[in-house]
Formats: sequence, C-alpha cells, structure tokens
Amino acid sequence: MALLEVQSIGKSFRGLRALHDVSFSIPEGAIHAMIGPNGAGKTTCFNVMAGVYKPDGGSIHFNGRPITGLRPDQICRAGIGRTFQVVKPFPGLSVLDNVVVGALNATGSVARARVEAMRVLALLHLADKAKHPAASLTLPERKRVEVARAMATGPKLLLLDEVMAGLRPTEVDEMVAVFRRVNQETGLTILLIEHVMRAVMALAQRIVVLHYGEKICEGAPADVVRDPAVLECYLGEEAL
Amino acid sequence: MFDLYLNAALSGALTGLVYGLMALGLSVIFGVVRVVNFAHGEMMTGAMYGAILLAQTFKMDPLVAMLPVALIMFFLGYWLQRGLINAFVTRPEHTQFILLVAVAIILVNGQLIAFGPNARNVQVDYALESYQFGSIILDKVRIYAALAALAVSAALFAFFRLTLTGRAIRACADNFLGAQVVGLNVKRLYALTFGIGAACLGAAGCLMLLLVDVTPVQGPSYTLLAFIIVIVGGMGSLTGALLSGLLIGVSEALAGALFDPSAKSMFTFALLVLVLLFRPQGLLGRRP
Amino acid sequence: MMAAFPQLFAGLPRRALIALGVFFALLLVAPWLVNAYVLSILVVVLYFAYAGQAWNIMMGFAGQLSLGHSLYVGLGAYAAAMMFTKFGFNPWVGLLVAVLATTAMGAIIGFLAFRFGIGGVYFAILTIAFAEFTRIGFDHWTWLGGSGGLFLPVSNLSSNDLLNLRGAPVMFYYVMLGMCVAALAFCRVLLASRLGYYWQAIRENEEAAAALGINVFRYKMIAVMLSAAMTAFAGVFYAFYYNNLFPEQIFSMGRSIELILGPIIGGLGTLFGPIVGAFVLTPLADGLTEVLQWAGVEVPGVKQVFYGFCLLLVVVFLPNGIWPVLARRFGLAREN
Repeated sequence: MALLEVQSIGKSFRGLRALHDVSFSIPEGAIHAMIGPNGAGKTTCFNVMAGVYKPDGGSIHFNGRPITGLRPDQICRAGIGRTFQVVKPFPGLSVLDNVVVGALNATGSVARARVEAMRVLALLHLADKAKHPAASLTLPERKRVEVARAMATGPKLLLLDEVMAGLRPTEVDEMVAVFRRVNQETGLTILLIEHVMRAVMALAQRIVVLHYGEKICEGAPADVVRDPAVLECYLGEEAL
Repeated sequence: MFDLYLNAALSGALTGLVYGLMALGLSVIFGVVRVVNFAHGEMMTGAMYGAILLAQTFKMDPLVAMLPVALIMFFLGYWLQRGLINAFVTRPEHTQFILLVAVAIILVNGQLIAFGPNARNVQVDYALESYQFGSIILDKVRIYAALAALAVSAALFAFFRLTLTGRAIRACADNFLGAQVVGLNVKRLYALTFGIGAACLGAAGCLMLLLVDVTPVQGPSYTLLAFIIVIVGGMGSLTGALLSGLLIGVSEALAGALFDPSAKSMFTFALLVLVLLFRPQGLLGRRP
Repeated sequence: MMAAFPQLFAGLPRRALIALGVFFALLLVAPWLVNAYVLSILVVVLYFAYAGQAWNIMMGFAGQLSLGHSLYVGLGAYAAAMMFTKFGFNPWVGLLVAVLATTAMGAIIGFLAFRFGIGGVYFAILTIAFAEFTRIGFDHWTWLGGSGGLFLPVSNLSSNDLLNLRGAPVMFYYVMLGMCVAALAFCRVLLASRLGYYWQAIRENEEAAAALGINVFRYKMIAVMLSAAMTAFAGVFYAFYYNNLFPEQIFSMGRSIELILGPIIGGLGTLFGPIVGAFVLTPLADGLTEVLQWAGVEVPGVKQVFYGFCLLLVVVFLPNGIWPVLARRFGLAREN
C-alpha cells in the first residue's frame, strides 16, 4: 500500500488546463522527484496535494485516507509538510521561532518544540543563525529555514518545491546529504520538484515527468533521462 | 401611500448617484494603487468646505465649483500619494491603514479648527424648486446633482477605456510587475490615479453640498459609507460602485421613510452584513 | 500559577528587571507622591495602558486591525451599568455579563470577516460599522437612557467599597494598576505560549502558517474574542469611574482611535508598547491642552490634531513604535 496515491487529478484555471489525468504513487520511505519544463504544472500539482487548490477531478489518498479537498492546515496535521517555491518566512520572527512554529505541530509544549527546532536547524547547518531575524538571511539560507520549518512539523511525507535553486554545487551536495540522511535514519518520504538535475540524479529513486499538465513519463532515473518523449519536451523535436 | 415611497425611492436614487461618484473615487484608488484610503470621507468634507469658500468669495454655484475643486483635489491627491503614501505601497498593509487614519485625524480636526463645529451650507437660487412628473416631485438640486454625477462618471469610464494613460493605469492595476517591466512609470501612474480619485471626491463633494450641510465630524461617516458602498458593489469594480451607491441611496431613503430618519444608516450596515454573509465579493466583484 | 511567576521575568536582562522594579514601586506609592490632579491623569494613563494591551492582542499579536474597539468598551460599560442600576448587581457580577456580551459580539464580527479568509480591510470596516450600528442603537434605546445618557448614582467618596466600586479615586487607581499588571503578566504568558506563536505566524504570513498546520480561522477567532473579553473590563471600569455613559461618546470612532494610539506609538505587538504609549501620549496631550488654555486658546480639535501628527510621525519614521527603539538604546530588550 503506497503512502501517497495520486489518481487522475485534474485542475483548470478559468479554461486554462493546468493538470490533466495525473496519476502516480509513492511508497513509504522512498524519495521521488517530479521534473518537467517550466509551466508543466509541477507546482500546481503540489498545491493540489497540499490543499491549496481543490482538484477538479480525481483523488488523493495519503496513508490510506482520502485527503482530496482538505484545507492546507488539515493536510499538514495529516502528515504532509511542504515548502513554497517562493519562500515565505516569518520575517518578524527569529530563525528559531520560525522553526518552532513548525515544531508546534508535532508537540504542544513550547519547550519541547524549541528543542526539536534546534535539532532540525542543526541538521540543516543553521544552528548558528538561530537567534537572527529571519528577514536578515540570504535567499539560500531562507530556503533552508523553509525546509527546516516543514521538517519540524514531523511529517511522514515532505514536499520540496525547488529547494536547490540558486545553490552552488557544493551546497547542493550538502542538501542532498541531509535529505539522504534523514530519509535513511527516519524513513521520511520525500517528493521533490527540481530543475537541478544534479540533485535529482543523486537522490531520486523514481522520477515523474510532467509536460503541459500531463504525465509523459515515469520510471527509474536512468531510464527517464533517455526516454525520447522526455528528451523531446526539454530539447525540442530534432530532425534526426 | 405608494407615491410617498416612490418619491422617497427616486430621491434616494438621485442621492445615491452622488454617493456612487464618491465611492467611485475610492474604488479607483483601491483598485489600482491598492491603498485603503481611510481618509476618503475627510477628504470629501475638505472639498465641501472648499466649495463653500468658493461660494462665499465668488458666489460660485457648486455645480460650477466642481471644476476648480476637482482640479485642486487632483493636485492635492497627486502630491499626497507621491510624497507620502508611495513609500507605504510596499510596506505591510496595516502601516498603510494607520498612515491614512493619521491623515484622516489631521484632516477632520484641521477642518474643525478652521471652520468650527457648526453646520455650513450653500444656498443656491433654485434650492427650493422642484420638478413635477405627475405625482412625483423631485428637487431640482437633486436632479442636477445626479446628472452631474453621471456625467463625471461617464467621463471617468471613458478615460479608462479610451485614453492611453487610462489603459496604462488599468495595466498597473492588473499587473504591477508586468507594468514595470513594460516600462510604465508606476510611481507616476499611482500618483495620477490617486489624483483622479481625489478629483472624483472633489466633484462629489460639490454635488453633495447641493444636497446636505457639512460639518467636520461627518468625515468619518462618509468614509464608512464609501467603504460599504465599495464592498457591497465589489472591490475593484467601477460599475459596482455606482450601482451599489444607487442601491444604498434608495435603501437609505426608504428606511428613512419607513422608520426613523436617524436609523437610516443602520439599514446600510445591515446591508453590509448581509453582503459579507452571502456574497462577500460584492455584487459585481470577483471571488478573491 | 505562582510557580510560573519567576518565569515571567526569565530572559530579561538585569537592567530591565531593575527598571521594571523601580517603575512599579513608583507606581505603587504614587498616590502619596502626587496631587489629586496628577493622580487622575495616572488613572487615565493606566486605563489606556490596559485597554491598549487588550487591543494589542488582536492587532499586535495576531495582526487583525480593529478600528471599532470602542464597541467593546461601550458594551462592557452598559452591561455592567445596566446590571447595577436596573438589577442591583455589583460590578463584578456585571463584569461577567459584560464579558459574555463583548465576547459574543467579537465572535460574530470575527465569523463574518474571517469565514472566507478575506483580508484586513473587510475586518477593519466591519469593526467600524458594528461600532457605529451599536452607537445608533443605544442612542435609541430609551430603557438604558438613550442619547440622554445612563447615570450611575454617585455615592460619597469617604468610604471605599471595592465590591461596588464606589469610592475615592485612590481605590480606582489601585484597581486599574492591578488590572494593568495582570494584563501584562497575562500577555507575557500568552506571547510565549503555543497560542502566541501561532498568532504571530498568522500575522507574519497566513499562507505559510496554514501550511504548518495552523487552523487560521480558529486562532483568529480566539484572538478577537479574547481581546473583546479583556476590553470588557475597561468598559466596566469606565462606567463606575465616570458614572455617566453617553452612546455618542463611548461608542464613538474617536474613542476607538484613542484606544489604538498608545499601542501603535508605543510599539505594536510588544509587551510594553501599549504601556509606554499610554504613558507618553496622555500626559503630552494633557500638557498640550493645559498650555493652550494658559495661552487663552480654547479650540476643540487641537488635541486630536496633535494625536494625528504623533501617529503620522511614528508611522513614517518609527514604524515599530517607540518602545523597540528605547529598549535597544538602553539595553532593556529581552534576550530571546
């Protein structure tokens, strides 16, 4: 029984079809990636999964329960954490407090939440920035805070939306190592939207490819990067 | 009996068109510049006092005074936006509110200090005359005011539809970043828009003066009324503001005729609550 | 509860503790140090400090701008006055009724505004509309005096009856001081609790807050209702201190604005902001009126223009209020 089952979801915005008949599933403990050209509908898919949009059709099951149409806060409490493509920190709060808000989803005690928050910050190499106001961080650091915050909620599934964008290769490798470690030690299931293929190839056990709102390919990384449909959507048709 | 209510309703509709013009200014300002103008009513009473001064000094009929008052208001609005409010467009929303609340407080009490608390008005020659259509009797002042309001509104609509600047302003409203990318001078357009909104207020104020007295303390009530009209009509919809003004003018008049005149505004508030309960995007607004 | 007492001061640098202690000690003995006039000003200051704290919960913590808070003051005042003059209940029983009335009203307003998650403007306008609606309503409610006002019997000032809140200004001073201290402690606890964190998250970014499991609607409602409930006491106090209630005054928009000036100028969302704001504004405004009277200028509206300019200056140059600047300057800020 897969942890996440997405079945035939569709979503249109006033006539513009953003998603059509997208289905895939993720087993517990796996790391999957979702790739596709810009505008393919990846973030829309995330937003449907995270409860920001209600799908026009189809269903989503998490841990055996249907979660289609639930509010974002209900989805978080059900065990799905997410980051935003355009980061949304709490600018007036310190980095630590940002993550504490996340941790308070997992525990009702502020004291325990602070401990957990520090632990997650250390995992993401942000412990030294804990007392800094979130507004004073650089963009890559803010992305890490966003990840830390989502992780602190104690999710079973983590949805990461382009968290590697703008990172240098060494930083990418660091993040990859963090995710791998968390996945191995705690069994956290991860789905990442990514353009940075370095991260995708290093982390993903399986890749789903979206193009114009439809799934055009799904499979192991080695197969996907050779698939002609995938190559065509990225590189365009070639007169062979 | 029916005639009484019909008279009241029609009178109310005419007044409502002036309300609509006032709310139009707010809709323009909010729709484009995204500034919540809490000083709206206070700016209008300011315009009304301006018209009174013109009437006293030059014996100018408020209908004529519309032009100079609107022009002065345009410049005042332009510079208010350019000089003060512009900096707040990117700041958190609540600081914007509070800035305009501060402006409102200064305006109201400035007017109180300058003109005193007593009601002032302008007496035009035809103030007591009316037109009669069968059993319907309508004050001339009300008819002229309503016609003028319609004319100004039409001009505004034409401006936004037909002129290049007007369309540029609408572009700004629809897509701030895109407008900048395309090279529009957004700051200047914002100031222009605020100026236009203020000019509407100036015109509306002159027309309102034909219908009622002015006291400084009315400012906040007009602000509230303008917001209710815009919310009922739909934030960002110009036609909505006019229609809603009409609706509220009529309901106010009927409430005054059916119940206690002082309870008129309670009806308006009840309308606000109903709209927020059943159609929060307003009559013609889009779902947020 | 007493065990939590030391925690109230945890994390405060020593300077701040000493300053706080000195300040509180001064306030405690103030009635012996100052004359009746200054004492009456202090009562007003404490009143605004308390009411400001109550409003600050809704706005400073949770980010919901209420511009019609005089509604809760008025409802609280009339509720308690009604219980006293019509049914003979003492003000503490009246307080219960007052809290019920204001909380219910807050719930209605919150529900209407937050149901569709519509932004701050709708809420602010709604609060103004409700306050105005209630003002007109009470103006016509002759059983409670209508526009002519409701009066409480003023008894002699020689005996202090705490149960019925009848007595000398000194008694009122200590009651208000006590409430201020209680409010401060309460807010301190709130801010450091899960509720406080969630409110601040909502204030900073609602979308992100929801993604972290926060039921935004529920917590906004709690903020509104709690703020309304706390403000009820300010109303009860007002009724029994001034002994007369006029709808035109107590529900007026001017009063709503006065209430929020302290917290905004002092520092939104901070613990000491409302207090600092009240202590700065009230004496300044009163001083201004005195100076003008001495100069022979008796123009209504000058005090308010002054308030307006203060607000303007603060919002433009010190958007976070006076207190954060002071705290940094004198090293009084809490190490988080």
